[in-house]
Amino acid sequence: MEKLIEILTDLHPDVDFATEEGLVDNGILDSLDIVTLITEINDKFDVSIPAEEIIPENFNSAAALMALIEKLDEE
Amino acid sequence: MYQTNILEYLENTAPKYPDKVAFSDGVDNITFGDLQSRSKSVGSFLLSKGYRRESVVVLMNKHPDTIAAFMGIIYAGCFYVCLDSEMPPRRIDMIFESLKPRAVIYDKKNARNLAKLPDNAEKYLYDDICESPIDQLALGEVRERQLDTDPIYVVFTSGSTGVPKGVAAAHRSVIDYTETLCEAVQFDHDTVYANQTPLYFDAPLKEIMPTLKLGATTYFVPKQLFMFPTKLCDYLNEHRINTVCWVVSALVMISSLGALESNPPKYLTKICFGSEVFPIKEYKRWREAFPEATFFNLYGPTEATGMSCYWRADRELAEGEPIPIGKPFRNTEIMLIGEDGREVKTGEAGEIYIRGTCVTLGYYRNKEKTDEAFVQNPLCDAYPEIVYRTGDLARYNEHGELVFMTRKDSQIKHMGHRIELGEIEAAALSFDKILQACCVYNDEQKKIVLFYTGGATEAEIISYMRTLVPRYMLPATAICLEKMPLTANGKLDRKGMKEKAKELK
Repeated sequence: MEKLIEILTDLHPDVDFATEEGLVDNGILDSLDIVTLITEINDKFDVSIPAEEIIPENFNSAAALMALIEKLDEE
Repeated sequence: MYQTNILEYLENTAPKYPDKVAFSDGVDNITFGDLQSRSKSVGSFLLSKGYRRESVVVLMNKHPDTIAAFMGIIYAGCFYVCLDSEMPPRRIDMIFESLKPRAVIYDKKNARNLAKLPDNAEKYLYDDICESPIDQLALGEVRERQLDTDPIYVVFTSGSTGVPKGVAAAHRSVIDYTETLCEAVQFDHDTVYANQTPLYFDAPLKEIMPTLKLGATTYFVPKQLFMFPTKLCDYLNEHRINTVCWVVSALVMISSLGALESNPPKYLTKICFGSEVFPIKEYKRWREAFPEATFFNLYGPTEATGMSCYWRADRELAEGEPIPIGKPFRNTEIMLIGEDGREVKTGEAGEIYIRGTCVTLGYYRNKEKTDEAFVQNPLCDAYPEIVYRTGDLARYNEHGELVFMTRKDSQIKHMGHRIELGEIEAAALSFDKILQACCVYNDEQKKIVLFYTGGATEAEIISYMRTLVPRYMLPATAICLEKMPLTANGKLDRKGMKEKAKELK
């Protein structure tokens, strides 16, 4: 989780990612962020996020993203 | 009769296809018939309130009715200026200072944003005025006195001193653009566009004007979908979109995240792109996924109305060859001018000067900046002829096609937006904890990097800048330095810092 928060904080140093639950709904992440985020996650967690998992529900909070990474890791 | 007003597009099309959907966002639609009557209502209302030959601000979301507000403003003989609800307050203030508008049209969703606007303008809710009685006589009087050299919109672009510049464009430039664009790219009545670009730029003219001219249909794609490729492709397929004119980053988002394989768009036949470099790997993915589609690279500055050049991808590119910008639209000339003010020799690099009806009126209430860029044609000393100096360097390749090379100054293209790095620096420097600021662009990672000295933390500076500049201009990284590196002459070492930005992970 720490690693993920670090990636996110790099994108937006002024956002508290531990508590924020509306990363998509509140317009914090934009499309470039999503592309960067996916590249970084694929890289640092050695998973591959398929296109069909790139949906708002999976990107609204750090916790949701972490759950997605763990799910992909188990597969 | 020869066309002198863009409203003639709507007036020719509406009686032919009154019930066809002109604009839609996937939920709400407006037909050509309704678009015409609502536009006339808005126009009649504005005239009844005494607005003429002046700017009217539109604070509305991307929605079919927003086009009726635009056209209504033109019916009143005024020109529209579209603002975005996400624009930071300081930017809105600067735009208001330049325009001094007396009227604002807003929609319900933006009612809470009205507080951001200075209070010296009347505010009208679109829903309250879109069914006003149509005053055909008053509209006719306006039309009679309107010329094709009158402005129809002002679009604000980034300015290097920190103040945005408003580009004013006239009917004739937009007509010229619409006609020659439709001819070159061959849009037709059956074209179904998915619009991506925001309405506060000139970029969406590519869809709006041909839609009015041809009786085509434009879908305004919800912005959030551009973060989620599978959902975006579902949207394209649901609405049988056959034409996209998008910034490269939007196309790359689909291809690089794997959606072309898992859920490809099924109906695309025309794919136009532009405003930034297309990474060749992603370009090839698109070409392979759509072997039957035609691809166009478009190039052009706001100051010359939308796009000025196009390249139809009708040959394979050699390894490492940049995608050409091709040739100008009909009735537009591109001149490549060297440092000596003369045309360069074939194959040599020169600055792009644009000549033609497409050249806009200049920067709104900004004579100084207008005089710098809208200049006498250096190749003509016999009579006055204003041409636009782009600051872009280009050359001709061996196929006789134009190829964009670089900028002469520190303007960049980021996510399809044109940005002056100086404007970002000016914003950073206005923070009292910042002493020096230098902004560079990392072309490879496509990131804006800010180096600064002073006592602010990275989070502080970024949250401060959020109130000043639009989101796409926010630095991705802000790095505090002990001391700014200087060149031998004592200037900021921009090249050195650009190198430094490349090393960042």
